[in-house]
Amino acid sequence: MSKHDLLPDISKPGKIGYSLPELDVPPSELPPENLLRKELELPEVSECELVRYFTALSRMNYGVDTGFYPLGSCTMKYNPKWHEDIPSLPGFASAHPLQPEETVQGALQLMFEVQEYLVEITGMDAVNVIPMAGAHGELASQLMMKAYHQERGDRDRRKVLLTDSSHGTNPATSSMCGFEIGIISTDSEGNVDMKSLNTLMNDKVAALTLTLPTTLGLFDPHIAEISELVHKRGGLLWGDGANLNSLIGYVKFGDLGFDCVTVNLHKTFSTPHGGGGPGAGPVCTKQKLVEFLPAPLVTRECGRYKLVAPAKSIGRIGGFYGNFGVLAKAYAYIRSLGAEGLKQVAQDAVINANYIKEKLKAHYHLPYDRTCMHEVVFSHKRQAVKGVHAMDIAKRLLDYGLHPSTVHFPLIVDGALMIEPTETESKATLDEFIQAMIEIAKEAETNPAILHSAPHNTPVRRLDSARAARQPDLRWEISETKIEQ
Amino acid sequence: MNPKEYKYTREHEWICLEPGNTGKAGLTKYAESQLGDIVFLDLPAPGTQVQQFEKMGEIESVKAVTDFLSPASGKVVEINAKAVDEPKLVNEDPYGVGWLVRLELSKPSELDALMSSDAYDKYVESLSQEGSE
Amino acid sequence: MLSPYLPNTDADRRAMLREIGATSVDELFQDVPEKCRHTQFSLPAPLSELELREELRHLAESNTNLEDYACFLGAGSYRHFIPSVVDHIIGRSEFYTAYTPYQAEVSQGTLQSIYEYQSLVCQLTGMEVSNAGMYDGSTAAAEAAVMACIISKRDKVAVLNTVNPIYREVIGTYVEGRDLAVETIGPDASLPADYACLIVQQPNFFGCLEKIEMYVQKVRDVGALFISIFDPISLGMFRPPGDYGADIAVAEGQPLGIPLCFGGPYLGVFACRKDYLRYMPGRLVGKTVDVEGAPGYVMTMVTREQYIRREKAISNICTSEALMALAAGVYLAAVGKRGLRRVAELCYHKAHYAARAISKLKGYSLVFERPFFKEFVISCPLAPSKINEVLLQERIVGGLDISHMIDNGMLLCVTEVNTKEEIDRLVEILASLQGEGTHE
Repeated sequence: MSKHDLLPDISKPGKIGYSLPELDVPPSELPPENLLRKELELPEVSECELVRYFTALSRMNYGVDTGFYPLGSCTMKYNPKWHEDIPSLPGFASAHPLQPEETVQGALQLMFEVQEYLVEITGMDAVNVIPMAGAHGELASQLMMKAYHQERGDRDRRKVLLTDSSHGTNPATSSMCGFEIGIISTDSEGNVDMKSLNTLMNDKVAALTLTLPTTLGLFDPHIAEISELVHKRGGLLWGDGANLNSLIGYVKFGDLGFDCVTVNLHKTFSTPHGGGGPGAGPVCTKQKLVEFLPAPLVTRECGRYKLVAPAKSIGRIGGFYGNFGVLAKAYAYIRSLGAEGLKQVAQDAVINANYIKEKLKAHYHLPYDRTCMHEVVFSHKRQAVKGVHAMDIAKRLLDYGLHPSTVHFPLIVDGALMIEPTETESKATLDEFIQAMIEIAKEAETNPAILHSAPHNTPVRRLDSARAARQPDLRWEISETKIEQ
Repeated sequence: MNPKEYKYTREHEWICLEPGNTGKAGLTKYAESQLGDIVFLDLPAPGTQVQQFEKMGEIESVKAVTDFLSPASGKVVEINAKAVDEPKLVNEDPYGVGWLVRLELSKPSELDALMSSDAYDKYVESLSQEGSE
Repeated sequence: MLSPYLPNTDADRRAMLREIGATSVDELFQDVPEKCRHTQFSLPAPLSELELREELRHLAESNTNLEDYACFLGAGSYRHFIPSVVDHIIGRSEFYTAYTPYQAEVSQGTLQSIYEYQSLVCQLTGMEVSNAGMYDGSTAAAEAAVMACIISKRDKVAVLNTVNPIYREVIGTYVEGRDLAVETIGPDASLPADYACLIVQQPNFFGCLEKIEMYVQKVRDVGALFISIFDPISLGMFRPPGDYGADIAVAEGQPLGIPLCFGGPYLGVFACRKDYLRYMPGRLVGKTVDVEGAPGYVMTMVTREQYIRREKAISNICTSEALMALAAGVYLAAVGKRGLRRVAELCYHKAHYAARAISKLKGYSLVFERPFFKEFVISCPLAPSKINEVLLQERIVGGLDISHMIDNGMLLCVTEVNTKEEIDRLVEILASLQGEGTHE
């Protein structure tokens, strides 16, 4: 097997990677020819070769278990290992979602308790755990807010306001709900520009969507004013809870004035990222929006758990009840830490980020020099003078065996480097990262070429994205007579 | 730097008048350098009516998408098939072989509203200064 | 508080606070309004791993464990055999603790395995291009409907009435959310020219193979798009969507190596024609080269996605189900060309054996005469809910009660996991239940 082989290269007619029993019933007549497929061209590999192949692939990957992963707003914290065993517990793994409710009370109880814990943690009144990602939760939220206004006969509210630092999913969601968007600027302190908000917030606006702390890692101290202004003009305040890791156990979104928030179980609640999912993005809401929640929710009546559809639900947003396997891990996480532990999580996350901020601000431009929360945003401004950009810094970090921070987001900071260490990193790891960043800052001065050509020590070198987009090669092909790639 | 005989828009398109009331249009050097490696051109079909300063297509790079606005009103008579096949030509030679569309102008006097080469040079310089503050 | 997930000691915290120049951690929360800090959170006291394992085991055990039962329930979620190699591979922490592969150079494992998954889906379906997966089958169908509207610049979606009712609801939520319209139509209805697409499930919700050519023709006649919701296991035997003219093909990928797990995480399979590539939601992995000319993989055509296109993006999808796509890829590679055909044939013959036996019972009949794959509808001599109660006591989970759609109708599913003994037992018990719940 060569390093660059794909499945068709390993495949050979006659190999099998499965083991199935013989047919134990008399065969039936096959359906008419015109319904059947002529050929099925899939690879044929043995189990041995399959395992070796995927094992080799895994070794080219970097995960949280491999090393530091300071991606801003992603909260790449440690994934407790025993949680991985939970979905395979007998009774969970083979629970069919359409089984009679009385036969799945344990699963329904777990979902109910997660709902309750999230109500408490966010300071809301009800939670639906179906959304299978943050963006899915955002979709549910904006549909709910739309339904709320329409129910009240307020049909002219066709706009949603966002900040210029918002994540791309926020405006994309608004479009999916038929809303136009209005953009509020960020002021020089890194807070919502109140003048901008005052101008744009009117009775044609359904909601203000806000990430708090913001994607700059900053807590906007004017949140009470913002909430008052939005509510006074009849709008709703929605929160993107992606940055909950800085507030959990400390502050409730409900107390800050939010009507509805989504949280990310694959961020704050330690469930693994899986290379891009599965996740879960429960939607948590105050009483005024409860009747619009997606269907179904779990309720408890006389000790029995049931699935019910809220009275004026926006409807179903998924096939079943969300990502149960993910919910189960978040459940275990909350119960292993409790209120005190979760508060410690927020405190350690914030200490770690501020420590990095202090140690690196002499070497990298800090656009907002104030206390940050769980993440800190630097810019490549100083290095850009020497022709070194955020992406080069990121690629060079790979040579130090560290995963880079988020780069070039938020868009309002030129060449942003968004660093979120999380609370599961030791001071020793932080010091190692800080040291590497300081070395790289020096290299930017003395040897920028090495940054432009980075990375050097990774399984592949810097990849040609332009070529991938200009000449899309999105699959190999096996046809009966030949193998093409 | 920017061809003297071309005219320019604030959104970084150029137009070059040809004999017989047609004009070639494309993206400026500033636009292509901001976009980075261009990977796909979404251009209007020949026959399409266009209005000055309104969107007539999209230009995609690896990391961004930008609207391609028409520098003049009229009808699209030709698109640069070579550039469509090889979008990197727009990066390599945005004023020459990387042209995008040929228009038949309906209101040639509209070109008076566009910037001359000198004015555009100054405009681009002011943008670069803003960026470094 | 001490926790194995909090590696810093109080000494570490003090040292860092000193560097920061703060006397206490509370100072770092100064921007939070005073009255909102130090809130009381009422959560259960923390438990150790040992205690929690016991609690969770208890919760799991209060579910009926289908491993101890014979199961004939399908309707969108299926018990299929999962080769053990799948769980071992997705259990490697380099795969499951990785992030979305934005830094391609250290994510070649994720990226290459997704390229494999995309390729395998195309081989399976006969479609030209596949994305890296969506949340589940229902949302994949919903996003396909919206995509069809955007491509065709029309604002109406038609769905056949034999499509899974839950899917029809989800399609409705997404389509109406965008202020577009969706209509359920019957098999004889015509498709007006202002419709963007027709969505057909093949095999349909009732397990039957539709007269697919007829529907494809209706769609072509008005220049609309044909969207097929397929069963991935059925493609071990039956004509794939690329063959019968689907423009977009979507499916629930759970049957491909993913456990039932009470409904999730699952996988939305999504494939389409190459012409529609730029309209496709979700991630795409492409092959390229690095600066030394070595092959490598990157996420590509990212300008379709929300973080670039923002409000102009077709979908807001960001995190999807990458680990489940890896599971599906490993499953398809493990069963391969022969194995998938074998699985499909086992399902087919066992289901037909069961259907034949049941249809011979007094009071029971097969409702549809169309060819079917692994699911079929029977009409029962008494309420299916009563039958299922009896079956449960006999350690059998019966089919889905669809008596609200078809008189005394039950949707049964038989897969390669059901043995002849289980099927015979089911038939025996059904035979004993003849009207008014009496046993004979």
